[in-house]
Amino acid sequence: MKNFKAVGSRLLQLALVLWAVVTILFLMFRLMPGNPMAAYIDPTFTLEQQQQLMAQFGLDKPLWHQYLIYLGNLLQGELGQSFRYREPVGQRIWILLPNTLILTFSSLIVAYVFGILAGAYLAWRRGSWVEQAAIPLVLTTRAMPEFWLGMVMLAIFSFSLGWLPAGGTRAPGNEYSGFLDLYTSRDFLAHLALPAATLAIYSQGLPLLLMRSNMLDVMKEDFVTMARIKGLSNWTVVVRHAARNALLPVMTSFAIAVGYQLQGNVVVESVFSWPGLGRELVNAVAASDYPLAQGAFLMIALVVIFMNLAADLLYAFLDPRISHA
Amino acid sequence: MPEIAAPAIIKPRRPHILARMFRALRLPMNDPFAAAGLLIYLVFIVVAVFADQIAMHDPTEILYTPAYDLAADLRPGQDGFIMGTTSLGRDIFSQLVYGSRSALLIGITAAFMVALIGSVIGLVAGYFGRWVDAILMRLADIAFGIPFLPFVIVLAAFLKPSIWNVVIAMALVLWRDTARVIRSQVLTLRTRGYVEAARVAGSSDFKIILRHIAPNILPLSFLYGSIAIGWAILTEASISFLGFGDPNSISWGYMLQDAFASQALAKQAYYWFVPPGICIILVVSAGFFITRGYENILFPKLSR
Repeated sequence: MKNFKAVGSRLLQLALVLWAVVTILFLMFRLMPGNPMAAYIDPTFTLEQQQQLMAQFGLDKPLWHQYLIYLGNLLQGELGQSFRYREPVGQRIWILLPNTLILTFSSLIVAYVFGILAGAYLAWRRGSWVEQAAIPLVLTTRAMPEFWLGMVMLAIFSFSLGWLPAGGTRAPGNEYSGFLDLYTSRDFLAHLALPAATLAIYSQGLPLLLMRSNMLDVMKEDFVTMARIKGLSNWTVVVRHAARNALLPVMTSFAIAVGYQLQGNVVVESVFSWPGLGRELVNAVAASDYPLAQGAFLMIALVVIFMNLAADLLYAFLDPRISHA
Repeated sequence: MPEIAAPAIIKPRRPHILARMFRALRLPMNDPFAAAGLLIYLVFIVVAVFADQIAMHDPTEILYTPAYDLAADLRPGQDGFIMGTTSLGRDIFSQLVYGSRSALLIGITAAFMVALIGSVIGLVAGYFGRWVDAILMRLADIAFGIPFLPFVIVLAAFLKPSIWNVVIAMALVLWRDTARVIRSQVLTLRTRGYVEAARVAGSSDFKIILRHIAPNILPLSFLYGSIAIGWAILTEASISFLGFGDPNSISWGYMLQDAFASQALAKQAYYWFVPPGICIILVVSAGFFITRGYENILFPKLSR
């Protein structure tokens, strides 16, 4: 019962945050220079198109009325017409989203597998020179601008050594019949390698440091001492008893990391010309394609908000000792 | 009835206000990493202050070789340009030196604003509780729902591209972390005996916050401020790299954007795009090292 109420209030909070972010987005895109119609109408549209969009978004109405129409349109998934692509924004976003998600998840999974193993190892070898050297090194990877790391990787592996392609998702001229056909091709994976590695190097620090400090906490607990007293081997104690329990908060941090990663994607996608949401957002803002920019921003915000929710719920679910307060 | 003379209260001599503030910050001087971080900061501050004396050229000036050719794409050491030149004939070393100015300016102003806004909101929410707390913490929830970098990009692009708009956009979002932590700290502080005593003695809320609670959270504000310095510098670099930065200021992010757009990667011009990245890493990790030293002092349980 108590948990039920807690989840209910968390969902209420979700609704509030969604409404607020959508409202901020509405206001933000009316801050921009020029008249408010520029948010939806490109001067090169035909008069007929212009009038249709005027009616659809109520651009001749007062601001509060526009706001209500905007909310209504959003609820129906209507995001307007992209200026540059001359197609609905929603459609454009559905094309880009898989690219962004593949990049995000492939890099994060690599980062988490490495981070968890290395973090557990460093906790086990606490005080050794390996640990002394590794921790500042890990902090340094967190201090790197992601796009700069991407540039260095590009210069080395693509331009100097010529091992991997420099950008995009496929070699020019290559056509693929379907979704799966493209995403499983060698060509695509070669293009994925550099941006994914860049993001993975940047992201591994979080799971690594978290895993290490959790391990150090858990190793002090009674049940670990007990396992040692029972005479279990070092390996069994570290892996079977300590690591399993230390893993929990690291797994919940994965959801938060997805949200952060999506924001970092904005720059890395731009460096590698990776056709994803982040790069499109940057291009749309630079080209004053406001409907598309608004749509891409909203999509990124939605993922961030729902990942925050997932992290909260997962945490409570995996560790029943946590009560929602 | 003869009055009994109250014994004279001997007031201990209080150290100077500046000395007390400095001590209140509890700078982590005996942690080697933190000391290294402070040293890195110091070096960059000196470079930023004396940029005019250290730089050999105007960072935006188009330069020529002694043979009157455009000094474009020179390697380090060629014709006396110690770190080489850009494709447009500008001196990379001078740009790097001036870049430290905008980095520190942005880092410190953004960190100051983040720490100030976050601390004030955290203090007010934690101290007054009830509906004030509820409203402010829902605001923090909303700030956590805003994708940080896209938000800064859109604001920087729509408002006039300038350093200050980037700083304001960052402050509008990043106060959330500081506010949450300070609030929870204040929640425990306000139940302490000396706060109760002050309240019973009739101190006003304002005085209690200022005299009894704020000094205790100052190190925490400083900790979050030093984290924000790194964030701000990284964010400014990203914004400049994407082309939404202040066109009138030379920053490390601007240098990287210039190099990227001028095909420096294909030209193997490592001397052009590696140094700005190293500078960013140095300044940002200096902040991390100081932070770590701080955590060891503030949360001794964590240090092992």
